[in-house]
Amino acid sequence: MTISAAFSPGSALVGGVLIGLAAVLLLLTTGRIAGVSGYVSRLLPPYDDRAFAERAAFVLGLLSAPVLVMALTRSEIPHVVTNNSGWLIAGGLLVGLGTVLGGGCTSGHGVCGLARLSPRSFAATGVFMAAAIVTVFVVRHVM
Amino acid sequence: MKLVATYVSGLVFGIGLVLSGLSNPAKVLGFLDLAGVWDPSLAFTMGGAVLTAFLGYRWVLGKAHPLFAEAFSLPTRRHVDGHLVAGAAMFGVGWGLVGYCPGPAVVALTLGHSQTYVFFASMLAGMILARWLPADPPKVAAT
Repeated sequence: MTISAAFSPGSALVGGVLIGLAAVLLLLTTGRIAGVSGYVSRLLPPYDDRAFAERAAFVLGLLSAPVLVMALTRSEIPHVVTNNSGWLIAGGLLVGLGTVLGGGCTSGHGVCGLARLSPRSFAATGVFMAAAIVTVFVVRHVM
Repeated sequence: MKLVATYVSGLVFGIGLVLSGLSNPAKVLGFLDLAGVWDPSLAFTMGGAVLTAFLGYRWVLGKAHPLFAEAFSLPTRRHVDGHLVAGAAMFGVGWGLVGYCPGPAVVALTLGHSQTYVFFASMLAGMILARWLPADPPKVAAT
C-alpha cells in the first residue's frame, strides 16, 4: 500500500475537531443531533414539525462556510469531482434514498451516533463504510 | 437565539468539512481507495470528530435540558432493522460512486460546479422517493 502525497493529518484532524465541536454546540443549544441528511430531508414536504426555520438555518450555515474560509485564507478551495452525469445522478439518488431509509449519514450515524455509542449507528457506519470501500474498489480497480 | 446557534453550528460544521478536505470528493475517494494510493487523512477527521463529540456529548447530556429548547430531541430507536442496513448499504454505494455525502454536497453548492447541482438534485429526488417506501421495517436483530 502506498500512502498518498496528499496525506494531510494536521488539517484533517483540525477539521474533524471542528465538526465535533459543531455537533456539541448544536446539541447544547437546541438538543438536536447534527445529522445533515435529516436537516436537508426535512426541508422537503411533508412537514411533521414546525422547525423549518431551524433546518434552513443549519443549511445556510453550511453554505456560508466556504465563503468564510476563502475570505480568511485568500485561496481557492480544492474541489475535484467526476463529470460523469450517470454517476452523479445514480450517486445522488442512492445517497438520498439510503440516508432517509437508513436514518442518517456520515454525520448523523458516523459522528453523532458513534459519539452516543448507539448500536444502530455502529451497524449503519460499518455497513456504509464497507459499501463505499467496495464500490470504490470495483469502480477503480475492476471496471 | 436557537436560530443563531443553529446557523453558527452549521457554519462551524461546514468549516470543519472544508478544512479537513471532506468536502472534496477526490480527497474522500482517496481515503476510500484502500487498494490504490491511499490517503488516510479522513481517518483523522472521523477520529477527531467522534472523540470530540463523545466527550462533549457526555458533558451536555448531563444537563437537564438544552439552552434554547425544553428537551433533547434524541433518536429513540435501538434495534438494528432491515431499513437501517439496506439504507446504509445504498448510501455507501452512492457515496463511493461520486465521493459526496449530504454535508459535503451542501457545502460544495457554494463553489458553483454544475456537477454538484446534478448530484444534489438527484439526492433530493432520492429523499422524496424514500418517503414512498413502507413505514414498518422488518426486524433484523433486537438489542
